[in-house]
Order: sequence, then structure tokens, then C-alpha cells
Amino acid sequence: MLGLNKRDTTLLIAVAILTLFAPFILNPFPEGSAMAQFNAGYPDLMQRFVIFGIFAVGFNILFGLTGYLSFGHAAFLGVGSYSAVWMFKLLSMNVLPAIILAVIVSGMFAVVIGYISLRRSGIYFSILTLAFAQMSFALAYSVLTPITNGETGLQVYNDDPQYLMGPDSPTATNLFGLEMRSTYTLDIGHWSFDFNAGYYMCALIMLIAVYLSIRIFRSPFGLMLKAVKSNQQRMNYTGLNTRPYTLAAFVISGMYAGLAGGLMASMDPLAGAERMQWTASGEVVLMTILGGAGTLIGPILGAGFIKYFENIFSKINDTVLHQWFAFLPDGLEDFMVFIVHPFIGKGWHLTLGLLFMMVVIFLPGGLVEGGQRISAWIRRRNTDDAEKANGKTKPAE
Amino acid sequence: MSKSNFTRRGVLRTGAASGAGLALPTIFTASSASAFTNNPTGSSVTLGFNVPQTGPYADEGLDELRAYELAVEHLNGKGDGGCLNTFSSKALDGTGILGKEVKFVTGDTQTKSDAARASAKSMIEKDGAIMITGGSSSGVAVAVQGLCQEAGVIFMAGLTHSNDTTGKDKKANGFRHFFDAYMSGAALAPVLEKVLGADRKAYHLTADYTWGWTQQESIQAATEAVGWETVNNVLTPLAQTDFSSYIAPVLNSGADVLVLNHYGGNMVNSLTNAVQFGLRDKMANGKQFEIVVPLYSELMAKGAGANIQGILGSTNWSWTLQDEGTKAFVKSFGTKYGFPPSNAAQTCYAQALLYADAVQRAGSFNPCAVVEALEGDSSSLPGIDSPSNSGFVFDGLGNGPTLYRSADHQCFKDVLVMRGKENPTNEYDLLEVVEITPTAQVWYEPDHPMFAGGQLGECNPGA
Repeated sequence: MLGLNKRDTTLLIAVAILTLFAPFILNPFPEGSAMAQFNAGYPDLMQRFVIFGIFAVGFNILFGLTGYLSFGHAAFLGVGSYSAVWMFKLLSMNVLPAIILAVIVSGMFAVVIGYISLRRSGIYFSILTLAFAQMSFALAYSVLTPITNGETGLQVYNDDPQYLMGPDSPTATNLFGLEMRSTYTLDIGHWSFDFNAGYYMCALIMLIAVYLSIRIFRSPFGLMLKAVKSNQQRMNYTGLNTRPYTLAAFVISGMYAGLAGGLMASMDPLAGAERMQWTASGEVVLMTILGGAGTLIGPILGAGFIKYFENIFSKINDTVLHQWFAFLPDGLEDFMVFIVHPFIGKGWHLTLGLLFMMVVIFLPGGLVEGGQRISAWIRRRNTDDAEKANGKTKPAE
Repeated sequence: MSKSNFTRRGVLRTGAASGAGLALPTIFTASSASAFTNNPTGSSVTLGFNVPQTGPYADEGLDELRAYELAVEHLNGKGDGGCLNTFSSKALDGTGILGKEVKFVTGDTQTKSDAARASAKSMIEKDGAIMITGGSSSGVAVAVQGLCQEAGVIFMAGLTHSNDTTGKDKKANGFRHFFDAYMSGAALAPVLEKVLGADRKAYHLTADYTWGWTQQESIQAATEAVGWETVNNVLTPLAQTDFSSYIAPVLNSGADVLVLNHYGGNMVNSLTNAVQFGLRDKMANGKQFEIVVPLYSELMAKGAGANIQGILGSTNWSWTLQDEGTKAFVKSFGTKYGFPPSNAAQTCYAQALLYADAVQRAGSFNPCAVVEALEGDSSSLPGIDSPSNSGFVFDGLGNGPTLYRSADHQCFKDVLVMRGKENPTNEYDLLEVVEITPTAQVWYEPDHPMFAGGQLGECNPGA
């Protein structure tokens, strides 16, 4: 279907089904139960999952295919956000022009940075991109405050021009009148599921982004990028100029980041300079490696994993712990809280770091490798069972 | 490039599928009807405490969290009741808010506006928080205040000192108890004139972002009004940790006062550098060279150690005050945690009680009713002749008689001018009160040029 082979089609359909039913999948625990703490099916986090999924998928086009490790991708995310918010300020709260401008501006930005940075490879390339990103951050944080509103972040004010805004246009971000924050809550028994318009728009865009990424991976262009990753020198010696290919990959992945930035601003019309900080660039590297660099689905999994920890674990506090362990005798309860305390709340970074280390050590291919190992193990067990049932064993050779 | 095999049928099929996908969300646009966002229906009500638990202001954030937990305890009738006994409004009786038990959720702002908004959103969308409070920087406060306005919940700002929070970025659903940069300048200038003389030349080092600029602007205007001259204002990058290259030129600039418009780790480093350069032992223009830090905090004083001795600055409150409200708060905080509370803790504790009290007086959790209650009955502070002197007047939370001004949702109260103690008796007793500047001296009109530009707008109950 759509020019994909059977395996890729299955993958795309699986992603589509997962995103469509995410409100159910992410809210497995009934409201009010102790486990409700772990529910992630509220609009803001679901939006973040798919938006950072797009960001990571785009990053993977550069890192996964060419092996060029950019440490400054957050700059494109930030540029996309700022352009989107400016569209809200100048035109109207419709998200479409905002997203389009975000992609265009971040693309142009990527051409400039890519043109300079790609003159070097390896660690030098990483450092160059990092330097550019930090430069953008510093500019956005203070020097360019008239454009970016500095530390406070760019917001939409009542007295902004908004030339396309009619008297009864919605004042919240919308897609031709469909407000991004409008949510339908479905109550089934003790469970409650949120269906949010903004989430479904992001999810649809993510599916398109994933589809494009699959096409790029499977195209001759993608093959050329993989060749760059495996041995660029050899490519150059055969008389092939690789730089246009790497630059194209860089720009495409910058545009993906800009798209993610534009979507972030569309869901929540504020652009803060921290979005461009090096920690944000590092985060997308972590997402991609955690999920599995060079795989199609890995970056999305990694993005979901990290955002889940950031938003769910950071909110568990001692009071919640005491509720969980309330069934234990007093001394033991305090002891358990004492043990778990460093890993939750302000310690969510620690938990994430430990898990990251375990993934990198035991599953070098990321979460995707974990999934593959499990499925291989199941398949092997099934065939073993089948062989046992047949009563036949292969002779030893 | 790859071979694209788009057939007419394929394109039509895809178009229909994506059209259906686009139309899908519109089915769900109807929202469950309720008078306002997160109307608490059960036996409890949830408040959201959004403070920095990681990042540069984590210390402040943790102290804020302690204060909030204490406030919840007192609201639910546990502990010794703290300021409930001294608060001038007697609406709260220790049975929760409107009879509902107070519960809370916490989040980490990381001192980033994005993360702060994400965490506040999850409190509103997932945990059903009816009010968000906290924050330890102005950028975060302004960002979260905007979010709460859109979502239709009340925002009670924590530690935020920039003029913008209740100036050009003010919002109907947002309230600030802490003082601001203008008040710091207005409170400091007369004391500086008295202690250091009216004939001084000031050199400013300013953190290069919104708060730094408003702080510098305020203190420059206030000191020039008493006759000081401003020699130079140098902006320092935010990530700067070593300020020696900025300090060296100060000596030859002809200035005799250095004003450090820095906060947190920046201030600790720049002050340490300045003292190490021997600035305080120098004579310039025939006078002793002096250093001024407009915004002080206990946690910063602790970080700078002996370097803060004799240095002037302003604070919102101090645990060494002797009024009934302060004594009650310091006592219950000290009993629970074993050390005295900071400025940040006090403002957060007061904000939590003020919100609870407003709900109780309004008889409803509806944000618009709460806004009305906090805007008060047009009572005014004595001794200030101004039409904008109108709002909700209260006392007994530690700052003396205080006005929540209805025009911009800013609290007006006395401001403390503090000095680093020469001989601290213990590690918490680092600052001493030089003067309590009365409210009338730090008063400004809502349309003052440093605050002009924003509108409160309408209160938004959401839903």
C-alpha cells in the first residue's frame, strides 16, 4: 500500500492503531485508584508523546541514516515554535499557517547551519551544531528579546494585531474553528478517557511524518545516506560528492524539528527559550538512542518513554508513597518510602539515567531490540512446542 | 529518487481515509458541561504546587514545598494552626476549604517555562487541580499565569519579583503576594541615601534577561531620584559563573558603588568575585566603596557566606520580625522542620491561606467568585491617598497590614531593607533588618510607566 512493502505497511498500520486508541491504552487504571498515578492519557501528555515522536523521527533521519550526530537540533524546534507564535500574533489563531511557516523557517535555518557545520564530520560536526544551538539559545534568551520576549517566552497578547482575526474568531488555537483544546471525556464505569482534538491532529501529522520517513529510508536517497554512514571516505574516493546528500538529510530533519516546534506552539501558544537549550538537544539524542537509532519505530518509543518519566515520575511525592505502602506496618512503611524516595519526585532524572544505562548496556539496539528479542523468544518457544508435539527432534550434527 | 506508484484509485482511497481521519475529532468536540474547570464534587479538593525541584532554584522550590505542606496541614486542622490563629479574616476554621479536605499534587517546573506549563497542565487535566501555585522565577510565573488564565483556574504566584508579573503580563486569574523590582528600588533608595550619602556614583552589573532589566531600571530610577549618578550599566550573560572580567573595570570607572542586579547563583558568584577583588576595602572619590544587592534571599546569603557582611539589599519578609503572624508561622515551621523559613516559603504559605480564605468567603470554588473575593470589598490601606487604593485588606500573615489591590492583583505591604550581619550567631541568622519601609513609600499607580501595557482582562472560569 502507498508504495510500501508488506512489512512497512504493517508497521505503519500498527502505529496508526496505537495512536488512534492511545486514550484507552494510556489510561488503563480506573480513576481514583492508587495506580491512577501512572495513567498518562491526559491531553497534554498525549500531545507531547506524538510531537516529540515527530521530533525524534526527524532526528533519526539524520542520525540513524547518515550517522551525523547533531547536538543542536533543539534550535530548529525553538525556531519553529517562535515562528508559529508569531503567526498567531500577526494573523489569527489558526494553526495551519503557523505550522507551515514553522516548517519553512526552520528549513531555511537548517540550510544555513547545515551548510557550515557539514564541512566537518564526527565530533567536530557535533560541536559545531552544539555551538550554533547555544548561540541561538543565548540570542533568544536575551539579545533578541524584542522578537522572542526573552526569559518570559513569546506569548499572544490581547493587543496583538492579528490581521485575519474576525470579531467572532476563536481566541484559542484552532484548525478552521476546531479548537485544539476541545476535549470529549468518555466515562465508562470508573474509567475516564479523554479524546482531544489537538492530539488527533498531531497524531495524524505524526503518521504522515512516519510515512515520509519510511519512504526516505527505503528510497535510493536513503540508501545513499546509509552508504555515507558506513564509509564516507570510500564514497568520496569513488568520485561522489556526498555533501548535497548529507545537507538534504540535515535540512529534512531540521524541518521535522520545526514541524514539531510548530505543533508544540499550536497546542500551547507559548515559545520559551529553554526549548533551544543544549539539554533539549541532548534529550532528542537520548530518545533516539533509547528507542533504537536507525530503526523506524524506535525514536517514537524513546520519546514516549522519556516524556512519561518526565511527567509522571516527577509528580510522585512522599505523600503518594505513604499511600502506596500504607498496608505495611509503620516502621516498614517509612523504610520503603525512604528507599524509594530518591527515585521519584525530584529524583526522576536519576531513575531515567539508570534505565538509560541499563538499556544501553543490555540492549544496545534500544527498546526495539528488546521487542525483537522478546518476539524471537516467543517464536522460538512456539516452534519448540510444535516440534515437541510432533515428537520429532533434529539429529545432532 | 524512489519510484512513486501513485494510482488514481490509490490517491482517492488515501484521500478518503485521511478525510475521515480529519473529521473524526470533530465528533468529540462537545465538552462535558460544568460551571467551571475542575469543579470539586467529592469530599476533597486538589491544589497544585508547582515548584522547581531540580535546576538552579531547587533550594527555593523545596522550601516552598515545605511551606505548602504546612499550609495544607493547617487548613485541614492538623498541627498548631499556624497563621490561622492570627489571620485577620476568620473565615477559615481548620475543616479544609468549604468543608472539603485539602489534598495536593506536586510538580517540577525545572525553572523552565515549558516544563512548568507541562507540569501545570498535567495538574489541571489529570489531577483536577482547582488552583495552581508556586514558581521561583518570573519567566515561569508569567508563563504559568497565562496558562491558568486560558484553562480557567486560579494562579497564586510564588517567588516572582519582576515588574511584569503584575505589570504588562498581568492576568485576571493571577495574584501575586511577593513584592516587585519597583518596590525594591523605592525601598532601598532612601536607605541608601541615608547610609551612603546622596552624592554617589553607581556602577551596575545586570543579569541579561527580563528580570535583570526591570530590576536595574527600577533601582536606577529610584537612586537617581535621590541624587545618585549612574556611571555605567553592564549586562552579564546568564550562564556566567566568573565575573572577574566584569569587576576589574569597575575600579577605574570613577564609580564608588557597585549594584549587583543578580539573583541566585549569579549573585553568589558576582558578590564573591567583587569581595575577593577587595572592592569593599577600596576608597573611591574620597569615600568607602560599597556594594548593593537589590534582591536578597536567605538561601543566597547562605551561599555567599561571609562575603555578604555589611551589604545592603531588600527582602519581602524576614523570620526575625516580631509581629504575631510571623511568630506563629516561624514557630510552626520550625517545629515541623527544625529551621526557620525563607522568604520564598513565607510568600507561598501566605498565598495558600489567602486562596483558601477567598474560597471560604466566596462560598464557591468558581474562579470568578474567588477573584471577586480576593479583589475584596473596596477597603483601603490608611495613609495612602489614591483612587487605586482599593481591594482586600488583611493582616496577621507576617507582613503587617496588607492590601491585595484590585486594579492589578498585586499585594502592597511594608518592604524590608536588610544588611548582611557582621557577626552572625548561627547559620540562619545572616541578615538583619535595617529599616522597615512603609507601604506608602513603595506605592505606585497601576499605570506607572514600568507597569503599563497589560490588561487584567476578564476572569475565566473555563469549561
